[in-house]
Amino acid sequence: MKTIDEFVELFGELFDDIDTSNFTPETNFRDNDEWSSLIALSVIAMVDDEFDVTLVGNDIKNATTIADIYNCIVAKSE
Amino acid sequence: MKNPFSLQGKTILVTGASSGIGRQTAIECSRMGASVVLSARNVERLQETYSQLEGEGHLILPADLLDTVQIESLVSSLPEVNGIVLCCGKGLTLPMQFATRDKFDDIFNINLFAPFELLRLIYKKKKIQKQGSIVTLASLGGTQIFSGRNGIYGASKAALNSVMMFCAKEFSSRRIRVNCICPGMVDTPLIHRGTVTEEQLQENEKLYPLGRYGKPEDIAYAAVYLLSDAASWITGQQLVLDGGISIK
Repeated sequence: MKTIDEFVELFGELFDDIDTSNFTPETNFRDNDEWSSLIALSVIAMVDDEFDVTLVGNDIKNATTIADIYNCIVAKSE
Repeated sequence: MKNPFSLQGKTILVTGASSGIGRQTAIECSRMGASVVLSARNVERLQETYSQLEGEGHLILPADLLDTVQIESLVSSLPEVNGIVLCCGKGLTLPMQFATRDKFDDIFNINLFAPFELLRLIYKKKKIQKQGSIVTLASLGGTQIFSGRNGIYGASKAALNSVMMFCAKEFSSRRIRVNCICPGMVDTPLIHRGTVTEEQLQENEKLYPLGRYGKPEDIAYAAVYLLSDAASWITGQQLVLDGGISIK
């Protein structure tokens, strides 16, 4: 399973316009100008690709930080 | 008095009859007097549909349409039918940059190849009578690009629409009619997959000029019409039912 730092990097790659090099596990992923429902769908698709875990929209909705989503993946892959 | 909208005396095969639009279409066909043949994978849920049918002479023929052997066995045990409603299908919301070949295959197999193979064999084995009617559930997403990141799903339905138009042309030699119904969002299990949240669906529903998503019966009534003699001169059409969402 990929580490949280690898996940943060993959997460950052889903953005096109903002600088994501300062993203950390504790980053509030909605707190920027680019976050959108399309990126939320991309997160779900990326997690399916990279972790073979199926997230739903509510998993993203209930998360605040990137780590929250990672923890959700960990919980679902157990 | 002869009612051209009635399905009295007709036998209709409905696939995907275990839920959503397929189930409702089977029920409405039975209410209009048809004998209905129900097919889908899940026997238990087919029996639930069966218990809601009116009248008599109905039949359950379970089959997994992804399995060629099961398609063949369905066709060989199928009585001669006057109409077919192909409702089996699967949705997928996925941004295009993640649309890999295996995702395409999964959706195209169930939305395009499975219903077409069934139809092909039924036609070839002459299990649908002359002057019969074939109704295929495609989608608004198969006629235009709509928001919602449903590219693979839309492409599968566009291909389905196209294939059915060719069938309409060819099958006219037996006076068999082939039409597609292209719904906008209909409130069925297919749209409640969780990929987008219920809140997002509610927001999207507000965009519909008629103020709501479709109900399965909205689609079932159109299928009944296309199956009936009232639609005898209609073939090769893509009937959009969408609460006005595609009005420009």
